[in-house]
Amino acid sequence: MPDERRVVITGLGLVTSVGIGVEEFWDAVINRTSGIKRIESFDASGLQSGIGGELPDLKVPDFVPKYYRKSAKVMARDIQIAVASAYRAVKDAGLRTKCLIDRGEAEAPANINSTRFGANIGAGSICADLHELAGALATATDENNEFSLKVWGKEGMRNLTPLWLLKFLPNMLACHVTIVHDAQAPSNTLTCGEASSHLAVGEGFRTVARGDVDVCFCGGAESKINPMGMMRQQLLERLAPTDDHPERACRPFAADRRGTVCAEGGGLIILESLDHALARGARMYAEVVGFGASANTHDWASPDPSGGGIAAALKSALGDAGSAAGAIDLIGTFGSGTVGHDASEMAALDTVFGNRLPDIPALAIKGALGTSGAGSGAIDLAATIKAMQHNTVPPSLNTENLDPSCQLKLNSGDPYDAPIKQAISVAYAMGGGQNAALVLQRYEE
Amino acid sequence: MRRRIVITGMSWVTPLGHDIESVWQKLLAGESGVTPTAVFDASTFPTSFSAQVKDFSLETFLGEDAQRHAGASRNTRFALAACQAAWSGAGLHALDQLQSDRVGVYLGGGEAAIDFDNFAAAAVGGWNYDENKLNTVAWAEIAQARFDAICELEQDPNLAAGHIAVQFKAAGPSFNTLTACAASTQAMGEATRLIRRGDADVMISGGTHSMVHPLGVTGFNLLTALSTRNDSCETASRPFDRTRDGFVLGEGAAILILEELEHAQKRGANILAEVSGYGSTADAFRITDIHEEGRGAVAAMGLAMDDAGVTIDDIDYISAHGTGTEENDKIETLAIRKVFGERAKDVPISSIKSMLGHLIAAAGGVELITCVLAIRDGMVPPTTNYVTPDPNCELDYVPNQSRQAAVTTALSNSFGFGGQNDALIVRAFSD
Repeated sequence: MPDERRVVITGLGLVTSVGIGVEEFWDAVINRTSGIKRIESFDASGLQSGIGGELPDLKVPDFVPKYYRKSAKVMARDIQIAVASAYRAVKDAGLRTKCLIDRGEAEAPANINSTRFGANIGAGSICADLHELAGALATATDENNEFSLKVWGKEGMRNLTPLWLLKFLPNMLACHVTIVHDAQAPSNTLTCGEASSHLAVGEGFRTVARGDVDVCFCGGAESKINPMGMMRQQLLERLAPTDDHPERACRPFAADRRGTVCAEGGGLIILESLDHALARGARMYAEVVGFGASANTHDWASPDPSGGGIAAALKSALGDAGSAAGAIDLIGTFGSGTVGHDASEMAALDTVFGNRLPDIPALAIKGALGTSGAGSGAIDLAATIKAMQHNTVPPSLNTENLDPSCQLKLNSGDPYDAPIKQAISVAYAMGGGQNAALVLQRYEE
Repeated sequence: MRRRIVITGMSWVTPLGHDIESVWQKLLAGESGVTPTAVFDASTFPTSFSAQVKDFSLETFLGEDAQRHAGASRNTRFALAACQAAWSGAGLHALDQLQSDRVGVYLGGGEAAIDFDNFAAAAVGGWNYDENKLNTVAWAEIAQARFDAICELEQDPNLAAGHIAVQFKAAGPSFNTLTACAASTQAMGEATRLIRRGDADVMISGGTHSMVHPLGVTGFNLLTALSTRNDSCETASRPFDRTRDGFVLGEGAAILILEELEHAQKRGANILAEVSGYGSTADAFRITDIHEEGRGAVAAMGLAMDDAGVTIDDIDYISAHGTGTEENDKIETLAIRKVFGERAKDVPISSIKSMLGHLIAAAGGVELITCVLAIRDGMVPPTTNYVTPDPNCELDYVPNQSRQAAVTTALSNSFGFGGQNDALIVRAFSD
């Protein structure tokens, strides 16, 4: 695509169970810190898996201007994660946005034109706050103490706040972020489960490349740490059972893997046109050089044993980058830790990388972090980007006992140095059938 | 040279019917699809009516294949039906040599209704009335027993796209966007970009949504966004009329087959129209309010016309977002005035939400189909229930009667709650 502009990554904002902020996150990854613990925010003892990756305390006022603090009450946890990620991302990128100026943390004027500043943010099906909704529903009962829609319609619903719906609309992640930072250019909300962040970064990559925006928030956020979110994963039989070692529960690509672990978190990446980044002297983590997306056609609900759809996304991203599989120095896997999804991903990577696969360092961080739905991919991408920046292959926790059919070169030990010029990162929706991959490259003139 | 994108198939499932021609005739006749809500007991809700899809059966469209999608949500079933009709209308059912990885999906699909009865039962059963809090352990026991895994999975907004990819073997790029009421317009706009760049030759696009369920109506009633004219529901949706009191919730799907021009011509496809421009912006203003000056809407319309290489003088018809809320209609009118200047009063503008209600994520899809039909037949549909002019809305809304008008180029607006704005330009195809 000769007319397209080059696109670089100039900022990372991370919100994870092992740390808020990209440096905190990376230190934890390098130091083998696990974010998986027993759930503390509610009594999860009735669930088959009472463990997860919960966030440290997250306070919206730390991430928005003073006048915006009251909006926190219409933000579901997912939205709060996105707003916190956005704040961290612009700080990390050295952007002076409206939010930072209004907080007194940056000098006016902004160093980005609002009409050239966009957002592509992945979101999940945000679960309603069960305590709030159940409390309201519980008021609407008939004489037999059973729920009554008639009572609900007449008076029960009044126990919810008037703005209740707004807390849970998936587009509210992007809407709050664009309001707080005054980003008026195209704003998109990708809702494709765990593939959402990669699809959002891919779309952001295209909008910058074709010239619709100069700078763009891209990534995603979700919280699966709530009774409904975890129950849904339990019903779908995706979760590792609780035992005495929560930090050992999620074992990507391991022979004894038993499922994934729920988490909350996400991240936003600042994508910027190369020219814009150069003009303001921005630090460049990496260049985005390829994006590919695909759909499974065998079934929408279950992982494809052949990995055909995932392989198609990987090949498409490599083709877009003009890269051969052999040029890849690091594979950022999705590695959910479930039996079926990991098998599908292994098959896909075998197809694409063939006998080169055992020689390419690979990364699977969900052993330490669990799966945070639409936010997962952004965290995976951040790990891949930091690994490239430091030419370091970080540890992939709980991968010591690899599945015998797994050809991946995962690092179960200490971090080690390796030159990483080009990396690929892959994600797929655990239900729905969407797949996506991105190729990143160290920036060179 | 830039690749051009044409529409080669389209269909819908709407509150007025499930095929292009009969619904179009009803729209031109000004019929209403609004009735008392029947899919659940809304009799005590502040709003007890909606524009529901009626007499719908997926078997009619997919025959035996419908069984394969037995667990699918209402949203997904609407989308599959509309897609089947659009797909065969485009002549793609007969095309064996279609390269499946060059066919993608970009939908504006909404989340499906939750499993409400079981959800409510678990909430009530798990509630500790003495301590006034949820007993999550008791709740989990009920939930595990009553909830169904497939039903939960099928609620996710990307599932309609997933079913379509499987049913129609669309292995190419697959996306779902959910930018509220702008979703399907955004999906179609982004899909055209994808084809233009060369990442696919055919994109299945549009949207599907039903929020006609207890929590959907609850949410909008609490926001006081819905009309509460329960005694006269068929006249409740009154876009641009001074007596408007909110929108009417609708449901349905619209699917359009977007195709690269040469690809379409090579296979001798019937070209319905060309999608020539797309503009997308964010208000970045307030969560609960549209920017007072219509900043985002003005910019989106301008970008779409620039992209299409047309000016205000080329626009023959505007399909308005026209929800029938006080705020939207006033600001959309203002935005159109700002963009079109003196010409604003000369361009026919209509809101088919007056008849179909607001299909939320699917609204832009049905409205773009309407634009294509207006181009085809030289007829623009009316804005019905327009009786009392509003001094804040003084344009030509094609009140109550459809009208003959030569339409070569049309503009379709969609504005999402929270401030995501999209506009598309569609025009008569000529080489």
